[in-house]
Amino acid sequence: MTAETAHAAPTGPSRSDIDQTLRAILRDVLGLDEAQVAGFDSDTGLFGHLPELDSMAVAGLLTEMEDRLDIVIEDEDVDGEMLESYGGLLAFAEAKVVEG
Amino acid sequence: MVLGFDKARKPRLLVIPPLFEEANKFRHQVTEIMRRLDEAGVDCFCPDLPGCNESLAPFAAQTLAGWREAATRASAHFSATHVLALRAGCWLAPESLPGWLYAPAKPATVLRTMLRARALAAREAGREENANDLLAQARTDGIELAGWSLGAALVAELEREEFAPSAKHAVIDQADVGGQPLWLRAENAYDAKQADALVAILARGMTQA
Repeated sequence: MTAETAHAAPTGPSRSDIDQTLRAILRDVLGLDEAQVAGFDSDTGLFGHLPELDSMAVAGLLTEMEDRLDIVIEDEDVDGEMLESYGGLLAFAEAKVVEG
Repeated sequence: MVLGFDKARKPRLLVIPPLFEEANKFRHQVTEIMRRLDEAGVDCFCPDLPGCNESLAPFAAQTLAGWREAATRASAHFSATHVLALRAGCWLAPESLPGWLYAPAKPATVLRTMLRARALAAREAGREENANDLLAQARTDGIELAGWSLGAALVAELEREEFAPSAKHAVIDQADVGGQPLWLRAENAYDAKQADALVAILARGMTQA
């Protein structure tokens, strides 16, 4: 074995890491179990579709995304589309992580 | 008003609940924790902070400094031997008492999240509000955020306070308790297993003392 490692992540979290982190946050916010959030697909509706996801819960969700993904989310980044579905939120998170 | 279990035992634990939205989210869990403490032979007290719950003082007149004094007075009043503070309550834990800080929140993050919630709610209602403009206004006039009337002094404290745990207090992370962080839940919930785990940590610490 050499010192090189296949596990290094020189460019930050991978797409699947981001996906897993986002699902874990939604699990915590919505009080779901692993199987339920694993069933989310890109069309799964979020803000506006789930009555419990009010503005305070979404604000907490965004703050948690900042913390766990090490990104900064500006007010103007937040629009209805990114919050409307799991696919929208994931695409937004991936773009933010790349942006650094 | 105070939620308390007082049977003139020692140790005696002062419980400082979370602030703002999380105060409501944790109310049930705090009761679960205190009931277990009582069963473990620990007297415990969770007084209403000025402006909170049954207190008649106006919330808009409250400051972190004022709440800190109130927590210190409560500690003397109940002859507390230890403190357990939760989330934003950690900022108020008297340094005169040994104890625990459960998942301390960061003041600036709490303020930012509340500003963000207000901007999101405004947008939903078809109004455009910007967190930076809101903050500028809040610094001079105070502001209503997520149903809480924050005075300008409290806003200033939240903005500048860099919370660091005192050496007297041990930090309990969510990972030590296990399960999902209840403060993130969109709908209020409680978790008996988390209460058991937290009380086990506290009871171990207090009976060794």
